[in-house]
Amino acid sequence: MKGILVFLEGKDDGLKRSSYEAITAARSIAGSAPVVGVIVHGSEAQMQSAGAYGLTSCMNATSDALKPFANGHVAAAIADVAKTTNSDVVLMAANATGKDIGPRVSVRLEAGMLADCIELHADGDSVIATRPVYAGKATVKVKTTTPSTVATLRPNVFTARKVDSPATVNVQTAASSSDASARSSTVTNIVKNEGSTDVAEADIIVSGGRGLKGPEHFNLIENLAKSLGAAVGASRAVVDAGWRPHREQVGQTGKTVSPSMYVACGISGAVQHLAGMSTSKYIVAINKDKDAPIFKMADYGIVGDVFEIIPKLTEKISAVTGRS
Amino acid sequence: MNILVCISQVPDTASKISVGADGKSINPQGVKFILNPYDEFAIEEGLRLKEKSSGTVTTLTVGAESGKEILRTALAMGSDAAILVKDEIRADSWVVASSIAEAAKELNPDIIILGRQSIDFDSFQIPSMLAEMLGWPNVSMVSKMSIEGSTISCERDVEGGREVVSSSLPCVISAQKGLNDPRYPKLPDIMKAKAKPIAERAPSAQQPRVVSADMHLPDTKRLNKMFGETEADISEVVRLLHEEAKVI
Repeated sequence: MKGILVFLEGKDDGLKRSSYEAITAARSIAGSAPVVGVIVHGSEAQMQSAGAYGLTSCMNATSDALKPFANGHVAAAIADVAKTTNSDVVLMAANATGKDIGPRVSVRLEAGMLADCIELHADGDSVIATRPVYAGKATVKVKTTTPSTVATLRPNVFTARKVDSPATVNVQTAASSSDASARSSTVTNIVKNEGSTDVAEADIIVSGGRGLKGPEHFNLIENLAKSLGAAVGASRAVVDAGWRPHREQVGQTGKTVSPSMYVACGISGAVQHLAGMSTSKYIVAINKDKDAPIFKMADYGIVGDVFEIIPKLTEKISAVTGRS
Repeated sequence: MNILVCISQVPDTASKISVGADGKSINPQGVKFILNPYDEFAIEEGLRLKEKSSGTVTTLTVGAESGKEILRTALAMGSDAAILVKDEIRADSWVVASSIAEAAKELNPDIIILGRQSIDFDSFQIPSMLAEMLGWPNVSMVSKMSIEGSTISCERDVEGGREVVSSSLPCVISAQKGLNDPRYPKLPDIMKAKAKPIAERAPSAQQPRVVSADMHLPDTKRLNKMFGETEADISEVVRLLHEEAKVI
């Protein structure tokens, strides 16, 4: 391949972890090809933070059309930078932003689009990716037939690795897009969720299901989550019942997550739920029914009453983590 | 308002999946095919827009002859017209989006609504791909929307919050769960839908940009260590999480 462009998303004075993951993935398949970052209205601190992950060059797209965030213009800016930097592979996170923009970039570059990849390998001049299909019940290896490729990477699946000797990132301003008159939707406001980390970005998730018997018992889930520094998730059944907000739902009609540990409490493990969490690194399940399908997916299964087990588990975990 | 809703036929999530003889796709034998769940929200939203503003809802699917089943569901729910773009099952969204874009250029809708993803290939690609092909704006994974004049205002869930997004029409919208509560078609309407015409058109001549190399059933390889609810067992789980898995 000629070069890899990685779309970076800023967060406070750094980048979203999924952006660091994409940089590491790019470096692992690049061989001798250059890896360049592209960010929209990035700050110096945000761009320099990528140096720790081995990025040496970053293009900052700063045209007025990109702020507030306008997906059509951002896609055009990324495609323009891909052309000027001679990059034939573009990587980004398969999050709400990347899933929306990636396909637009692929159309602009006449590139094949590999979505929600969980593995990425160099394949001669191109890339070959593995992605889950049919709610994770199968995986398929896919590659493009086009000279260029756009791929989105499932967050938390690729490891973000720091390099031994971080470089100073060479920052350049990207030329503004030629297409400023085109129409785009525009983000007019962002309402932040109160409280804990979003399940889609959390490193540990504790989820509760119908086995909790009522919304008033979710304090058990919240306490266990606190002891682990985890986000709270929920099954479809309890979201549909109105016990928990939809943003916490894990599964096919909710969010797809890949934390380092997923703790399922009182969740039987319907296919739709498994679709959203089957790529978690470690799965812990607590359920009274020893035949519940969730146990087939579990690394550590505890059979018994959630109301007995969760408080004990919380206490013992607190003793290790010092959190309560 | 001229509304186009695009839907797809997918295997029921509860279906057991096996790899077909070609090693690249599923064996369709014994698989129950259904209307993609997110597309129900798309159809419902199209119907509500029509009921508010008058106009027509045209429902389109790209796929095999059996796609007529889901078009009849859409007709029974209240769609005015149905189009089947006859094509083989495509693993590449590009060809499907091209077929929709070609039809959309002739139909000239004010808005195109789709489900946020098809639950077969789960790519989330077609809505924004289609918008880019048409040179239109799009908002994806919309859980709330309202139209005033030629402006649409939407809300969509993102990691850690909710975005309020505004756009001019025409535009492409993809529907998220929560956008509405889809209606069930009534029996008389289901009967009537059986007699309604379904137009057919040829697929795009575009060539696939993505090919499948091979398909596997995932090898889960979980530890499957089982414990009871005794103090000793729970202590052991915590020890293993700390010392073996090293996640706490």
